Amino acid sequence: MAGIASFLGRRLIKSVFILLAIVVINFLLVRAAPGDPAMVMAGEAGAADEQYVEQLREQFGLDRPLHEQLGIYVAGVATGDLGHSYRQQRPVWDLILDRLPPTLILTGCAFVLALTAGILLGTLAAMNVGRWSDSAITVLALLSYATPIYWVGLMLILLFSVQLGWLPSFGYESIGAGYAGWDRAVDVAEHLVLPAVTLGLFYMAVYARLTRASILEVRDMDFVKTARAKGLSETRIVFKHVLRNAILPVITFAGIQAGHLIGGSILIETVFAWPGIGRLAFDAVLQRDYQVLLGIFFVTSVMVIVFNILTDLLYSVVDPRIEVA
Amino acid sequence: MSNRLAFLRRLTASGAVAASLLASAAMVAAAAAPAMAQEQIQKGGTLSVIVQPEPPILVLGLNQQGPTQTVAGKIYEGLLRYDHDLSPMPGLAESWEVSPDGLTYTFKLRQDAKWHDGTPFTAKDVVFSTTEFLPEVHPRARANFSHVESVEAPDDHTVVFKLKQPFPAFLKAFEVSSAPMMPAHIYEDTDYKQNPKNATPIGTGPFKFDEWVKGSHIHLVKNEDYYLDGKPYLDDIYFRVIPDAASRALALETGEVDVSQYNDVEPFDVPRLEALPHLSMTTKGYEFVAPLSWIEINTREAPLDDKRFRQALAHALDREFIRDRIWFGLGRVATGPVNSVTPFHEPDVPQYEYDPQKAEALLDEMGLEPYADGVRAEITLTPMPYGETWARLAEYIKQAWGKIGVEVTLESTDVAGWVQKVSNWDYETTNDFVYQYGDPSLGVARTYISDNIRKGVMFSNTMGYSNPRVDELFAAAAVENDPAKREEQLSEAQKILVEDMPVIWLLEMEFPTFVNNRVHNAVSTAIGTSENFADVWVEKKK
Repeated sequence: MAGIASFLGRRLIKSVFILLAIVVINFLLVRAAPGDPAMVMAGEAGAADEQYVEQLREQFGLDRPLHEQLGIYVAGVATGDLGHSYRQQRPVWDLILDRLPPTLILTGCAFVLALTAGILLGTLAAMNVGRWSDSAITVLALLSYATPIYWVGLMLILLFSVQLGWLPSFGYESIGAGYAGWDRAVDVAEHLVLPAVTLGLFYMAVYARLTRASILEVRDMDFVKTARAKGLSETRIVFKHVLRNAILPVITFAGIQAGHLIGGSILIETVFAWPGIGRLAFDAVLQRDYQVLLGIFFVTSVMVIVFNILTDLLYSVVDPRIEVA
Repeated sequence: MSNRLAFLRRLTASGAVAASLLASAAMVAAAAAPAMAQEQIQKGGTLSVIVQPEPPILVLGLNQQGPTQTVAGKIYEGLLRYDHDLSPMPGLAESWEVSPDGLTYTFKLRQDAKWHDGTPFTAKDVVFSTTEFLPEVHPRARANFSHVESVEAPDDHTVVFKLKQPFPAFLKAFEVSSAPMMPAHIYEDTDYKQNPKNATPIGTGPFKFDEWVKGSHIHLVKNEDYYLDGKPYLDDIYFRVIPDAASRALALETGEVDVSQYNDVEPFDVPRLEALPHLSMTTKGYEFVAPLSWIEINTREAPLDDKRFRQALAHALDREFIRDRIWFGLGRVATGPVNSVTPFHEPDVPQYEYDPQKAEALLDEMGLEPYADGVRAEITLTPMPYGETWARLAEYIKQAWGKIGVEVTLESTDVAGWVQKVSNWDYETTNDFVYQYGDPSLGVARTYISDNIRKGVMFSNTMGYSNPRVDELFAAAAVENDPAKREEQLSEAQKILVEDMPVIWLLEMEFPTFVNNRVHNAVSTAIGTSENFADVWVEKKK
């Protein structure tokens, strides 16, 4: 237990420095892009003059020297203040928190779907290696992995929304329907099916292939032969002995993906008009809404760091031979 | 062709007559009956409209981007509205009068208009909006109202504008996005941009702000106290943010949204959606903005500084092809700097028909001989990053100019980078489109006069074009009260510009507005779907 505490302590101290570096580098990087938010707004307005652009810059604090702006920003982040969106004139925290529930519902469902379906299909394929079910699963995984994700999304909309009319084609919920409680949950779930499946398919393919390859490696090892020689049932061998040893690469990859859950998915959110964080970030890039972009970078960096630590801890749980250090 | 020219002339002439009638008419009555609907008007119901991209803020006085206008045009109102011919109609002003010398504009305001918080709308709001709020924060209004000597309110429902000198375009300055009326009781003596009430906009319009779920939708509800009896007909309007063009087309197709506008639907999707039985397409409703697309040329750079070179580039482009193949038939081939739906359009100008041989002859005349590889000159094109269609146009331009030996390098960038480059003159050529706002003195002169060569300012004379005669003509026309003389001045300016070619005009653009057939009166004025929608009604969904 003490090992875990000191492990966590050391990792957390390191993380603080990593975060600081991330904040400063991000700040400088986004400023390296040409143009600024005042320019974008002037460009979109269809008419402008000097005063318009200057007023905006002054309002956004962009008229100050860069190092001063950096100082203000870092000091703000240190006290938990991610600043204001230039464009939407709201605190960045509010914007991120608004977008967080739809994002997490979408990426969370896609994650669970991908992980369970991927591991199941991968295992199934490995157990039937060389047979038609293995080929079918491999082809499915290859297709899901190689097809552009937005195209899959549009095709699913065409089939299930336009042709069959079973599911809504875009949005997070039926607005104006005034659903509450259980009805609302069902409504959100209906909207969720297509985007979650589209996003899930891609990762499912990755997990299926990883699981399959890993199991094929493990299943001929001596301890599996021993288990078989003991007369254990095949199911027990697969789940208790093979899978537990084969799952590590999957956990590594899942850890990486989990860190990105909060970042949302720009493509899926765009195609399905899903009000998530990916779109917020993408719009912020195009609009040079620096503070929003930096805020999202900051929150996702924190998540990546947290999930990296969790993944390391999970290794030791799954495989006691690995010690936290 | 001759038919079209004749038609255009007629259009211009009728515009000029209408303008002169207006100027001389005393007190125009508030008649302008809306087109009678064939069917019985049904009250109630919900409308769903695409809004894209999501507006930054809904206070129309502070932001006039297209999507902001679409939504805020229902919340805020201007003194005047404009029909498809750009003739003024009553808005918050029920009648108006222009003195014969063109110096005094008197507006009689509606007595029964109220702000959404219940405060009456009075002349004080008009004076505040046009002398304080808008000149401080609204670039176009700042320019328009700089012609004003004084604004007075003799009583609560009369406003008198006295101009420094005649400015006939002034009557077009009262459209809702050009001069939205802002509530004095909320903004007076505050920092307008930081006012906390900006989150819940208060206007006089037929719809009130209810809710904005960022990234998803904006909800407006019926203003029960609206001053026109029985209007608005709709209960509420949802503006849906749908970022992907293919998804927008599908949403129209499934009937989940009822109305699209501007670039919501990519031109290549237009024929498919037009064929659907439940949708109708119209290109009306853009007469006020009258968009004109062009290739902007940095005339400071050799060889672009030579008008023969610019003319050669124009002859090398097949604009019929651009219209038919890239814009799928949307738009009219442009002949010069004034859109034919804008008053004072001059059709009798030099024509630049598609003729690569003529183009090469012009280049020969300049002494630009082809090198061994056939290249005569190398230039860059920085395409406007506004979606697929504009990218296709840039690719076509590269091909077409390549054929006459002008090698084009495409420089891609995003909106911020593009504005940065073009406004700071760091480009050679770019494609773009610009609005005209109902009068050459408002939306045309600004990009050609030397006074407006201002580094860092978008939609100014970024070409760096300067011709003293053009400056003189536009300056004189702006303050000319006699429409006939004004027409002469503007015609001469147009002829010189077409000869000089500081930009290559491509198309008088037409945007496809899709409307579900259950929706009535969605497009009834010169600002199309940015109108206040007081007259819009929907058939109950079966």
